[in-house]
Amino acid sequence: MTGTMADKENPPAIVMKGITKRFGPVQALGGVDLMVTKGSVHAIVGENGAGKSTLMKILAGVFRPDEGTIKIEGRPAEFNDPQQAIDAGISMIYQELDLAQHLTAAQNVFLGNEPKRFSFILDQKAMIQKTAELARRLNFDINPQAKIKDLSTSDCQVVEILKALMRHVSVLVMDEPTSSLSQQEAQRLFKIVKDLRKQGITIIYITHRLEEIINLADDITILRDGAVVHCETASNLSIGQIIRYMVGRELKDFFPSRKADIGRTLVKVKNLTAKAKVKDVSFEIQAGEVVGMAGLVGAGRTETACAVFGIDKKTSGSIYLDDIEIKISTPADSITNGIAYLTEDRKRTGLFSGLSCCWNITLPNLDAIGMAVIIKPAKENKIADDLSQRIGIKWPGPDAPIDSLSGGNQQKVLIARWLLAEARFLIFDEPTRGIDVGAKKEIYALLNSLAEQGKAILFISSELPELFGIADRILVMRRGRLVGNLRTNETSQEEVMHLAAVEGN
Amino acid sequence: MGKLIRQLLPFGSLMLIVCILAILRPDTFFSIDNLLNVLRRSSVYGIIAIGMTFVIISGGIDLSVGSMAAICGMFAAALMEAIGGANPQGFALWAGTGAGILAGILCGLANGILITKFRLQPFIVTLGTMSFFRGIALVMRDGQPINIPDYKYLGEGIIATIPVSILIFAAVIIMTMFILKYTPLGRYTYAIGSNREAAFHAGVRVEKNLIWIYTIIGLLTGIASMIQVSRTVSAQPTAGLGLELDVIAAVVIGGASLSGGQGTIIGTIIGTLLISFLRNGCTLLGISTNAQLIVIGIIIVVAVAVDQLAQAKTRQTA
Repeated sequence: MTGTMADKENPPAIVMKGITKRFGPVQALGGVDLMVTKGSVHAIVGENGAGKSTLMKILAGVFRPDEGTIKIEGRPAEFNDPQQAIDAGISMIYQELDLAQHLTAAQNVFLGNEPKRFSFILDQKAMIQKTAELARRLNFDINPQAKIKDLSTSDCQVVEILKALMRHVSVLVMDEPTSSLSQQEAQRLFKIVKDLRKQGITIIYITHRLEEIINLADDITILRDGAVVHCETASNLSIGQIIRYMVGRELKDFFPSRKADIGRTLVKVKNLTAKAKVKDVSFEIQAGEVVGMAGLVGAGRTETACAVFGIDKKTSGSIYLDDIEIKISTPADSITNGIAYLTEDRKRTGLFSGLSCCWNITLPNLDAIGMAVIIKPAKENKIADDLSQRIGIKWPGPDAPIDSLSGGNQQKVLIARWLLAEARFLIFDEPTRGIDVGAKKEIYALLNSLAEQGKAILFISSELPELFGIADRILVMRRGRLVGNLRTNETSQEEVMHLAAVEGN
Repeated sequence: MGKLIRQLLPFGSLMLIVCILAILRPDTFFSIDNLLNVLRRSSVYGIIAIGMTFVIISGGIDLSVGSMAAICGMFAAALMEAIGGANPQGFALWAGTGAGILAGILCGLANGILITKFRLQPFIVTLGTMSFFRGIALVMRDGQPINIPDYKYLGEGIIATIPVSILIFAAVIIMTMFILKYTPLGRYTYAIGSNREAAFHAGVRVEKNLIWIYTIIGLLTGIASMIQVSRTVSAQPTAGLGLELDVIAAVVIGGASLSGGQGTIIGTIIGTLLISFLRNGCTLLGISTNAQLIVIGIIIVVAVAVDQLAQAKTRQTA
C-alpha cells in the first residue's frame, strides 16, 4: 500500500492519515490514508460516491474531518476554511468552475486579491500585465482581457489555474477537470498538467475516466466506499486492474428477490435526441421488468429521463406505451399518459419546502384521487396516511411540514407521490442517493413490488452493485449515447464499468 | 409554539391598536359611523389585497394594481357617460360597472400573459404596466375626472342594515378562501410559490395557473375600483396612487412571504384592518397624514422583523 516513496530530506507534499468524515448517519470516509509526492501527478479514482471529492474538499479546507491528520511538507496543518488552505499552498479547482461570468480573465485571476494603487483604486493595468506574464511563463494561450462568458470551458479552467498559481500555491487539486471538455480540449489540458509538473507543481487529479490517467498520472490511489483499496505507481497498473479494484465487492443478499412475470413490451423509446446530451437513444422495457441504466456522471442518463418525461424538449424521437405513440411536451402530458419520474434532485425539483407531507404527495394526483375540481382535505389526509403506512414513512402526521422529515423519509414521500399516480412506466433516478442503508433496502423492495404488479421500470443509478442486485437488464450510457444493453446475469460489473468509462469500444 | 405566535401576532397587534384607540378616543372611535367608515375603506383595499395574496403566495408581485384601479374606474365612468349622458341612471350604471370589472380582468390577463409567455419577472412587467395603465387613465380625459353623481349603490347602498360594499367584501373573502383551500388552483398557487421547478416536474401547468392568478387580481381590482368610484361618485385618473404599497404591506403583515409559498386570506384581512385602523387612529388622534406615513413604515418593518424571528424559532423547534 505504498506509492513512490519520499526520502527524509524531501518530505511528501501531502500526507493525510486516518481521515474520517460523516454526514449525519452516512459515513463518507472511513480512515483514509493518502500520500502525495512533491512534484508528481497523483490520480484519485473510484466510483461515484466513493469519497474522492469529499477527501479533496477536506484537503482544500471546505470540510473539516471528524478524525485524522493532515501534514503539508512535513508540517501538521488544520484548515477551517478554503482561504487557510490556499495560504498553506493548496488550491482546488472544482468541477463546476466558479468564475464571475461578467468579469475579464485578469479580473477573475485577481478576484479578492486585487492589486491597488493608493490602496483603494484597482490597478487594472497591473492585473492584465501580471496575468499575461504568468500565462506566458506557463505557455498558456489566453487573452487576459477576454470576458469569462466568452471563453470556452477549457479556457475557463486555464483561468482557474492561473488564479490558483497567482496565489503561489504548490498543490493543485483538480476535480473531474475533463468531464465537460471535448476530446481536443482534454488533450490540451493534459499538456498543461504535464507542463505544470515540470514547473514543480504537485497535482492531485480526481477522475473516473480511466484511459486518461494511465498516461498522465505518476501514482494512483483507488477509493471504494470511503476507504483506500489500493495505491500504486501508475505504470504498474492496467485499466482492467483498476476497474477490479474500483468495483471489487461482493453482492450480499442485500437485494430482495422478485417474482415478476416479464410480459409484453410496454415501453418503446425510439431514436431519442435532446440537447447536446442525448444522442439517438433507443430502448424497450417489458411489463414487469426492471431495467437499470449505468453511466458516469454527465453521460446523459438524467437527460434521457428528462427528455422522455417532457422536462426537456426533444429534438427528435418518439415514445410508445403499449404500442401507442404518445405525444409528450410537458411533464403534465407524461403523467396523464401514465409515466412517472422520480427526480435525482429532491431539493431542487422534487420537494415543496414549507408545504405539508400530504400536499407533497397528492399534488400531481388531484385528478387521480377524484379531486380535480374540489379538494376534500379530510379524505386527502387519509389517502396520504394510508400510503405512509403501506410504505413505512416515518412522520408525525400527514400535516407535518415536509422539511421536518429525514432525507430517506422525504424520498419515500416522493415515491408515495408516484405510487398514487398509478403510472405504468416509472423512471427512478438515483432513488437511493444520500439515504441510509435501511431505507435503501425498503426502496429496493418497493421497486420489486411495482415490477410484480406489471409496471415497467427504468432504474438509473451510479452504484453498480445495486444495479446488479435489482435490474434484469442494464443499459450503459457514455457521452450521450447508449453503448451497452446487457442482461444482468450475462455480464459483470467490470464489463459495464469498461463500457461506461473507456472511450472507443 | 413559534407557529402559534406567528399566527396570533398580527391579530394581537390589531386588537392592541383597537384597545388603545378605544381608551384614548372612546366616543369618536366606537361610533358606528367611524367603524363603518373604516370597514368601507378596508373593503376597497382588502379586496385588492386578497388578489395580491394569491400573487404573493405564487412567488410573484403585482405593482400595477393602483393604476389598474384608475383605468377600471375611468373606463366604467366613460361608458356610463356614453350610454346615459351627463347624469347616467339605471342600465348605464350597471353596464359601466360590468365594463370596469372587465377592464380589470383584461389588465390582469395582460400581466399574466406577459409574465408567462415572455418569461419576464413579475416585478418588471407590472412596473411597466403600472406606468402604462396610469398613462392610459390620464390620457383618456386629459387628466380630468369623470363625475357620475348618482352612482351611489356600491358605496352607500345598504342591505339589511349592512353596507353593500362590506357585503361584497365578505363574499369575496368567502369565495377566495374556498378557492385557496379547496381547489387545485389554490393548491397549485402554493406549489408554484414554494418550488416552481418542482411544480412543473409534478405536472402542474405553471403558466396556465399563473395567468389565472394574475387575472384574478385584475378581476378583484376591477370590483374594488367600482366600489371606490361609487364612494366618491367620480372616477379619478389619479385614483389608487401608491395603493399597491399599502396592499403589499397588508399581505406581508398578514404573514405571507415575498419569496412565495406562504400566506393566508385571514392573515391578509387582519393586515388590511390593521393598516386601516392605524390610519383611522392617527386621524382621530390628530396625527397628520404626512406623519401617518412614518407610523405605517415603522409598523411594516417591525411586523416583518418579528415574523422572521418567530419563523426562525419555528425552525429551531422543528
